[in-house]
Amino acid sequence: MSANGKDLIIRMDKVCMAYGSHQVLFDISMDVGKREFLTILGPSGCGKTTILRLLGGFETPTSGEIYFEGEPFSSVPPYKRPINTVFQKYSLFSHLNVFENIAFGLRIRKLPESVIREKVDRMLTLVNLKGFEKRSVHSLSGGQQQRVAIARALVNEPKVLLLDEPLGALDLYLRKEMQFELKNMQTSLGITFIYVTHDQEEALTMSDTVVVMNQGRILQMGTPEEIYNEPKNVFTSRFIGESNIFEGFMPQDGEVVFCGIRVPCVDRGFSQNEPVYVLIRPEDVQTVNPQSGLLKGKVQSVVFKGVHYEMIVREDGRQWMIHSTKSLKIGEEIGLYFTPEDIHVMKRNGLEA
Amino acid sequence: MSRSGKKKSPNLLQYPYLLWASLFIVVPLVLVLWYSFTSPTPTGDYAFSIANYRRFFEPVYLRVMGRSLLLAAEATLVCLVVGYPAAMIIVRLGLKWRNTLLLLLVLPMWINFLLRTYSWMVLLGRQGILNQFLEWVGLPPQSLLYSRGAVLIGMVYNFLPFMILPLYTSLSKIGREQIEAAEDLGANRWDVFRRIILPLSLPGILTGTTMVFMPAVSTFVISALLGGGQDMLIGNLIEQQFLSTGDWHFGSALSILMMVIILLSMAAVSVTDKGRSLEEGNLW
Repeated sequence: MSANGKDLIIRMDKVCMAYGSHQVLFDISMDVGKREFLTILGPSGCGKTTILRLLGGFETPTSGEIYFEGEPFSSVPPYKRPINTVFQKYSLFSHLNVFENIAFGLRIRKLPESVIREKVDRMLTLVNLKGFEKRSVHSLSGGQQQRVAIARALVNEPKVLLLDEPLGALDLYLRKEMQFELKNMQTSLGITFIYVTHDQEEALTMSDTVVVMNQGRILQMGTPEEIYNEPKNVFTSRFIGESNIFEGFMPQDGEVVFCGIRVPCVDRGFSQNEPVYVLIRPEDVQTVNPQSGLLKGKVQSVVFKGVHYEMIVREDGRQWMIHSTKSLKIGEEIGLYFTPEDIHVMKRNGLEA
Repeated sequence: MSRSGKKKSPNLLQYPYLLWASLFIVVPLVLVLWYSFTSPTPTGDYAFSIANYRRFFEPVYLRVMGRSLLLAAEATLVCLVVGYPAAMIIVRLGLKWRNTLLLLLVLPMWINFLLRTYSWMVLLGRQGILNQFLEWVGLPPQSLLYSRGAVLIGMVYNFLPFMILPLYTSLSKIGREQIEAAEDLGANRWDVFRRIILPLSLPGILTGTTMVFMPAVSTFVISALLGGGQDMLIGNLIEQQFLSTGDWHFGSALSILMMVIILLSMAAVSVTDKGRSLEEGNLW
């Protein structure tokens, strides 16, 4: 999808990867555009780190091919790739100080000392670590080490920067701050970022494109809005945001039956009586008085979450999660209401895991 | 019971060790020191003197010392050159092979040191296996035994494990991630070795060097058996003073001097090693 209208930098074409008899990636095909911020999102063990290792050159695909600016790339060794990585555990060089860690790639390229000094200096300013040049990497906090790792990769002016859950070890406040800084760096430097995370919020806030993965397969690829508003399958909708999901069927296009009601919806393209899953986001469910609701239920629990209340409503043996800024009383009888636009119908395609 | 009672018990437990240490370390050392600073007088008494130390600076003895230091340095260098690739290979092997090789490396150490050195006499002797092989090939037999080279071989053979083990320890601590990070930043295999593996294994190199150099500089068995007493080393000289010449005073002075030299070389190593934390690469 990103092939159209975008300058491609990386294309993965039906890439499979297996360690012995254990297959970790199945037919991965995706296009990454220049200056794109692409996030691979999925639970641990879904194969997202393996994709980064393939792009970094640390693994070779079992089948399929990776193209970099149109050229086959699979057999190019890591040190010849114009790609740098920010590793999950930072992997800083313990025998070198902050300055030498950042200068590592430049020294390999045998640049003159004055150029190295200037480039490292610029990086230190960018990641806000001026004055830390002579410090040992052991004496730095997690956030500082992480910024050294980013500077060490960025100083080489790579065409693509790979980031493997770089914010995983940071506390919430620092993580938010670094998300903001990373996004800023990416836009100002114009480098392609391929970012791996299992944090859905991180994926939604920073990315141009989100790739949702599970069990070695790509489930959906699109803008954060598409992924959130139009999840193609139950896994994606559960993984991104909270959701109420029910089994149902489509008697015909524009009409869906679930929870014992037959309501209009905006979804098209289904065969007659096709079994489907119905998704309604908790913030899209309105609470009304019992008579004017589409369904009736009883409030089971109310939890204050800061911005909103998270309430569980029991409706004929089913549980609905509802987010609302106004609180209800536990045990209160209420009606549930939603518009056709709030209903999202998904095909059943065996990826419900 | 009060806290002080609890605190006292570990102190009490130290006493046997302190007793042991003073009996077997401090007392002998004091005796050696006393011998080194005294000389027998004609009346049969002992008088304070530094003559024993002054005697060491005669050219004959300085040459012995120089020869010992040089030979030990050569043995250490050979051990390092042979041991480093060996340690690297062991680290890269799978767990099963790695343990087997390490066991094979340590196995000879379970055999008596003297016996191991004697066995080299069988290998290098005039009728030894090596000469039999040369004869079989059609080459004239060589006098391999009782030479400087034989002593060097003996030292390298006996002390090589002391080089490989600390190198192995520090090499095995280098994580795959650091090597991958270097490759990612553009380092080819040589760059990775020079800029990552070598500096990170420095503690192992220093430990190994000390562990080989110290026994090599003071050995007297290897030079006596394989060198045939031709090239006298400082260890042989000391042995001679105690066992054949009977000059315990000069022998003690030599021992003290050698101890000082070893301590100085260890201090030099620890200065080079300064700034590294203790847990890094120290096997011993």
